[in-house]
Amino acid sequence: MTEKNMPLWEVFIRSRTGLSHRHAGSLHAPDAEMALQAARDVYTRRGEGLSIWVVPSGAITASDPSDKDALFEPTASKIYRHPTFYEVPDEVGHM
Amino acid sequence: METPLLTYTLRLADNALILGHRLGEWCGHGPMLEEDLALANMALDCIGQARNFYTYAGEIEGRGRSEDDLAYLRDCDEFRNILLVERPRGDFAFTILRQFLYAAFMHPYFERLGTSKDERLAAIAAKAVKEMAYHLRHSAEWVIRLGDGTEESAARLQEALADLWPFTGEMFEVDETERALIEAGVAVDPAGIRPLWLDTVDRVFADALLNRPKDGWMQTGGRRGEHSEHLGHLLADLQFMQRAYPGSTW
Amino acid sequence: MYAQALNTVTEVSKDDPAKLAAFQARIDAEEKIEPNDWMPEGYRKTLQRQISQHAHSEIVGMLPEGNWITRAPSLKRKAALLAKVQDEGGHGLYLYSAAETLGVSREELVDALHAGRAKYSSIFNYPTPSWADMGMIGWLVDGAAIMNQIPLCRTSFGPYARAMIRICKEESFHQRQGYEIVMTLARGTPAQKKMAQDSLNRWWWPAIMMFGPSDAASQHSDQNMKWKIKRFSNDALRQKFIDATVPQGHFLGLTFPDPDLRFNEATGHWEHGEIDWSEFNRVVKGEGPCNRERIKARIKAHEEGAWVREAALRHAEKRAARKAAARIAAE
Repeated sequence: MTEKNMPLWEVFIRSRTGLSHRHAGSLHAPDAEMALQAARDVYTRRGEGLSIWVVPSGAITASDPSDKDALFEPTASKIYRHPTFYEVPDEVGHM
Repeated sequence: METPLLTYTLRLADNALILGHRLGEWCGHGPMLEEDLALANMALDCIGQARNFYTYAGEIEGRGRSEDDLAYLRDCDEFRNILLVERPRGDFAFTILRQFLYAAFMHPYFERLGTSKDERLAAIAAKAVKEMAYHLRHSAEWVIRLGDGTEESAARLQEALADLWPFTGEMFEVDETERALIEAGVAVDPAGIRPLWLDTVDRVFADALLNRPKDGWMQTGGRRGEHSEHLGHLLADLQFMQRAYPGSTW
Repeated sequence: MYAQALNTVTEVSKDDPAKLAAFQARIDAEEKIEPNDWMPEGYRKTLQRQISQHAHSEIVGMLPEGNWITRAPSLKRKAALLAKVQDEGGHGLYLYSAAETLGVSREELVDALHAGRAKYSSIFNYPTPSWADMGMIGWLVDGAAIMNQIPLCRTSFGPYARAMIRICKEESFHQRQGYEIVMTLARGTPAQKKMAQDSLNRWWWPAIMMFGPSDAASQHSDQNMKWKIKRFSNDALRQKFIDATVPQGHFLGLTFPDPDLRFNEATGHWEHGEIDWSEFNRVVKGEGPCNRERIKARIKAHEEGAWVREAALRHAEKRAARKAAARIAAE
């Protein structure tokens, strides 16, 4: 029995008022609420977070690097290649 | 000679230490990496609370006992934690449901303790209440996901509830020791917590498709130093180094 | 660090030479390579392997230290050890996250570890029978890790470098905590001093083996250095570690289990005896004291957690279905 993969989420943290959210990394969580809690436990253990955003990784659209000649790997405008980006049901991302 | 305030403080300290110890047992063995971190986070919160309460207890006692003396050199009959927290960690359903039942009680409890006439207890509680808010939120979300998840998770959660429910009554016990402290505005009256606790439990259980068991006979004794067989094994582990190498600094 | 000794085959690239040259030019100019940039297959595969094995090392590394959480001899030590092991879990997570940007899922990586296809640092195949080992792991193992981690903060692949920067920020308390444990023991009772010395006797050689065999023995170092996946040679890092660590041990009145250890005034370095690489190879191959039980523990946690993960996913599906049904009903 193959287990379904746990959805992947990108995490953005604003550490102080006045700053914008910065990408901190990713994590696995079954849904948005658990992703938010996990982000707190994983990425703000040293009190680095005032505000956390979590986004399903597959929901982010990436631009083409500006110089097409200089080596860019088209990944259908996703932020990176990941085996489950296209398997995660849309509904899970919009919870 | 244990004064009421000392007993009261030790109860709070022992609950926190024993529960923190049980949570710490999960480290490296959790169901997923993110949850390993969450469980460790809650364990650290509990141990931090324990340290604060033990330090204060040592001062109240006035015999020069440190936080470690109290944690490492008392035997089972001197420990005052409720029986709920010394149960072995069981499976994840058991651990997270226990955390929920405990946090649903301790969150409002620490809120009220934050207004205690005893400034030290109030200060410790003020810090702990924020931590318990997170424990409550995290454990509640898991209870819902397990209860309204798969057949297996629901079955495990039901089993855990059947095991845990008889241990919840002890949280609401008040004895003579505490009656006077409550009247003096130092200790919290758990009777006031009961409706809040039931409300939280019912709301989460509804989403978790769990039925709250009827109240019946409740386990008792931990607060008086009458413990289950489990505490002895736990303390044998926890206290081994200090017992084997007495008088050493670590 | 935990990947220093584990570097694997760097495939000869069948890629377009012009692209390869342009890629190398970016590397030489200290540009960061990001997930959507073109990269040679060999670069991608090597990084997937190295980053994931680094991640596996952090996760497996939670076990020998986790062994002492319940028995930590003071509340301060108990809390510090829990926090350290939690950090290691977090580091593993950052690294899996970086590896996933290269086109592989964490699940696949963990499967490879459990099936024995992926390696992890051999140091974690040694047991921790004594509390003093908590000190040694912090002082020696984390100390060795830091030697490599700092240069890795400048590695060419962006997500890996950023994960390493995060890790380095959190790492400094680990080594200090370890050394402090050892110091407390070394200055304690005779039984505690003996505990510390016994522990050092067991951990010293495995710790210096962590840096891997001499680069003369490894064919793959060259390409990894060219691509700035690896920044310093094994021998250079090992020497740096020994030079820093030996005085720290002597300061505490501890001796090192190496009769050939001596300071060379002329070079300013500590010379050491022959390393028994056959032990290293045996342990890497699976014949260390704890190899089987470490992997079994990880497999057990994973298997016992399956019902939890399934329940969480099932709940998410149910919620999504309810929401969709409600939307339709509202229309």
